Amino acid sequence: MSNPQQIITGQNIYSGFKQLIPLSLFVVIFGLAFGLAATQVGLDNGVILAMSASVFAGASQFATLELWGEQVSLIPVMITVFAINARHLLMGASLQPHLAHLSTAKRYGAVLLVSDANWAMSLQAINKGKQGLGVLIGGGIALWFFWSLGTLLGLYFGNLINDPFSLGLDMVMACFLLAMVVDGDKNLRIFCIWSLAALSSLLAYWYLPPNSHVIVGALAGGTLGAIWIGKKHEC
Amino acid sequence: MSVDTAGYGIWIVIAVMAIVTLATRLGGVFIMGFVPINERVEQFISAMSGSVLIAVLTPLAINGDNGARLALLTTAIIMLVFKKPLLAIGVGIIVAALVRQFPLIF
Repeated sequence: MSNPQQIITGQNIYSGFKQLIPLSLFVVIFGLAFGLAATQVGLDNGVILAMSASVFAGASQFATLELWGEQVSLIPVMITVFAINARHLLMGASLQPHLAHLSTAKRYGAVLLVSDANWAMSLQAINKGKQGLGVLIGGGIALWFFWSLGTLLGLYFGNLINDPFSLGLDMVMACFLLAMVVDGDKNLRIFCIWSLAALSSLLAYWYLPPNSHVIVGALAGGTLGAIWIGKKHEC
Repeated sequence: MSVDTAGYGIWIVIAVMAIVTLATRLGGVFIMGFVPINERVEQFISAMSGSVLIAVLTPLAINGDNGARLALLTTAIIMLVFKKPLLAIGVGIIVAALVRQFPLIF
């Protein structure tokens, strides 16, 4: 890639942290909702906090609450968590070419807190020829911190936001991710790739096992992209 | 393989969740370390990364309520016209809230 080499500095981590503060404030609300939901399932406060801080993957945490009881079967938990979070594999893979020159510790450290929002912003910056690892790491720290903080607040004040749905707050992350998609390159090739990804994810959503749709759609879109090679900078 | 959630068992469940998630975070970088990066792989990766987001969003848009659909539509249009993410996201959420407060109009 003709982009500048990606570097990690304290300064770009800090500015990445600040860049994701606005979105993180909404993440507090999701964390709050999770803290409340987990309390209602009957989990202890310490357990709930430990889960948010160590797992840090909201959708999978919500999903496992459905599996909770006096006995928990580990295999369904593992499958659910893996299926929902398998998109991280693709995110890591997409970042790897920009991390390859770093030491092993830095390479894996950089993706330790990868999640949808900081990954999308990071890759967007890299594709525009800017530094992107600051927002990956710093933004990840911001999201992690506010997710954990939100969970903590949810244990005590979860009832304050009794209906995030009617306020449209459940749409924050989706609108954010969509804005990132639309901000990228647009041409006929990309349009066809996205259409295939959309169609195949929908078919998977309807006809394949639960939570498989992201992987199916992403791999279908990626495969078309590998077959139909675009001209560089045509976009 | 079941564990009792009454005692220490619950911490096993949390640890399993954390380890599986960590493996997904580190795994992509690990696997790609063995794949030589050529133009085709590069194109696969870049097509795949946009497709991840599309695949997350499409079922949401199709199966969501009108509030969700109009929020996403609004965000997309404002992004295309003004290219301002915060404006696009903010108006999208307001649209979702309005549709859900006053469902009869839409």
